[in-house]
Amino acid sequence: MKLTLVGVSHHQAPVELRERVAVDIAGASALARSLADGCEAVVLSTCNRTELYLASDRDAALEEHAGRALLDLAGDEGAALAPVLYRLGDDSAALHLFRVAAGLDSLVPGEGEILGQVRDAFEAGTTGPLLDRLFRQALHAGRRARVETAIGESPASVPAAAAALAQQVFGELGGRGVVLVGAGKMSELTARNLRTRGASVLAVANRTMEHGVELARQVGGRAIALDALPEELRRADVVVSSTSAPGFVLDVARAGAALRGRRGRPLLFVDLAVPRDVDPALAGVDGCFVYDVDDLEAVVEASIAGRRAEAVRAERIVASEAERFREWQTSLAVVPAIASLRARAEEIRAAELAKAEGRLGRLPESERRLVEAVTSQIVAKLLHTPTVRLKEAAAAADGVIYADVVRHLFGLGEEEQQS
Amino acid sequence: MAELLVWPVLIAYGEAAFAYAGELRGPGFAGRLAVWGVRLGWIAQTALLVVQAIDTDGFPWGTWAGALNLFVWLVVGAYLIWGCRPRYRLLGLAVMPPAAALLVAAWAGGGTGVTTRDEPGALLAFHVGLMLAGFAGLTLAAGMAALYLWQERRLKRRDAHLLRLRVPPLDALDRLSARTSLTSLVVLSAGMVVGLASFQRGDFDAAIAVSLAIWALVASSLLLRFEVGVRGRRFAVLLMLVLGLVVVVLPITHFAS
Repeated sequence: MKLTLVGVSHHQAPVELRERVAVDIAGASALARSLADGCEAVVLSTCNRTELYLASDRDAALEEHAGRALLDLAGDEGAALAPVLYRLGDDSAALHLFRVAAGLDSLVPGEGEILGQVRDAFEAGTTGPLLDRLFRQALHAGRRARVETAIGESPASVPAAAAALAQQVFGELGGRGVVLVGAGKMSELTARNLRTRGASVLAVANRTMEHGVELARQVGGRAIALDALPEELRRADVVVSSTSAPGFVLDVARAGAALRGRRGRPLLFVDLAVPRDVDPALAGVDGCFVYDVDDLEAVVEASIAGRRAEAVRAERIVASEAERFREWQTSLAVVPAIASLRARAEEIRAAELAKAEGRLGRLPESERRLVEAVTSQIVAKLLHTPTVRLKEAAAAADGVIYADVVRHLFGLGEEEQQS
Repeated sequence: MAELLVWPVLIAYGEAAFAYAGELRGPGFAGRLAVWGVRLGWIAQTALLVVQAIDTDGFPWGTWAGALNLFVWLVVGAYLIWGCRPRYRLLGLAVMPPAAALLVAAWAGGGTGVTTRDEPGALLAFHVGLMLAGFAGLTLAAGMAALYLWQERRLKRRDAHLLRLRVPPLDALDRLSARTSLTSLVVLSAGMVVGLASFQRGDFDAAIAVSLAIWALVASSLLLRFEVGVRGRRFAVLLMLVLGLVVVVLPITHFAS
């Protein structure tokens, strides 16, 4: 059985081309069904790639079939798409999918969404034995890469870094209160990131009340004036600030009384504004942590570098999973020989028992069953070692030779031809 | 038998201590190796204590070395409650190296073998067990406080590599260390009440004085925390002072008495 992958990705194709062949999950399902004419098909379409995975016994037609489907999707951009299409087969295709699932083929190594996208594509596909095994193992490889390395742990954007820092201070963010100062885009993104991790927005403090009301409507909480901010600090756990004010909005003089009222509870200031909103001297107050945009960018940079370092370990995991898949796929070559051998042995056993029917007929039923069981066990034990050795040989790439030898020694081919 | 069992314990704890240092480079295999070292070592030490209890005539942990052996078992046992969770693995770096070192000291002092001791009475044995359990809990709380101070320093310095290590959240460390010290205070108080039952005039010595000082320090730290809001860094520093009394002063006074 042959596995083929034809696809286009961010490595070679610009977004103008990728968007022409991008399909949503319903489209991927429909395309997989249309491609699965006597073969297995899965369509993986994300913002960075569209890939068609096909598996069939019809070797030659697969690649052409998949390539044509992608060119059809591209429509009048087909000519531009053709040179950037890549085609991979069997081992290379499997390794590629495992790397994709582990996030090693992504723009940011280890990004979290891809594993879910691979799972969705698998569930929407028209799979058979080969693609079923391939995708299950790819999902397993992706999970292993994330569990056994830290590739997916560190944040890859400033809002995610701010949320990760909040988790370093508070752990689970459920029940934690966030105060937004300023209604800028970065504040909103950070607030959304914190909310996805369980935090809730208490208030949005803004110079222009209507902007504050609008943001509060989107992210929760209530809009307040900037003057009311110190009072809000008593309840907050995280303060995200991104105003365009020329000086500090929060300093020790303004926030001091509120901070003393917190009785030592920690407070994280995330200052995304330039010029800065939060006086760095607040970091000297017990329990207060102040991070400005440079600090957060440094955290992101370090975490992406860390992801790249972890990617080396993840590559090893992916390679070992790809090797396991290769062994499984090559073992398929000896499966017909093993099945024939077992069928032949069972045939002989049944025939010999039938010959002895006259004498066995006089035995009580329980003893007849015992004879059946004993002969079955003898056959199973005799065939166990050859079966294991054949599978081992298949994994070592000379399985076809062994399968031929078995067919020759036991006359399996002759039997099949005679029948 | 007891002397044979001590080696697997020392090897497993030593392995855990080294493996936790590996966890500093990044989470993964080293951390899992460390946790298995702690688990297997603790099981082996439990077996060692059982053998000591069965084979020894009288209370087997009455000497300083024997008490140290029991103390290490209690500390590691308490650590196991959290230590197996990936986020709390680095706590092992504050717990396992000292635990391994203390066990070596206990072994060198003959506290891991089987000898004949005077029968101290069930009440005294119960008193010693409770006091050691209390000190073990305080040691663990101080381990958390040390981790808190280290992580707080990294956060204050805005270390760019802050997220590379799995460290327990600051707030969780603060709350857990407070809860652990509160539990330890209750156990210590119970130990002292039991000790009072067999206390006689003239028994008062330096060890009792230091134990009372530790009790008073922990009680005032907790009182300050709940009434005045002394928490976070300041509470962690108080717990480190408690650890100083437990680890440094108590053995010294014990040897002297």
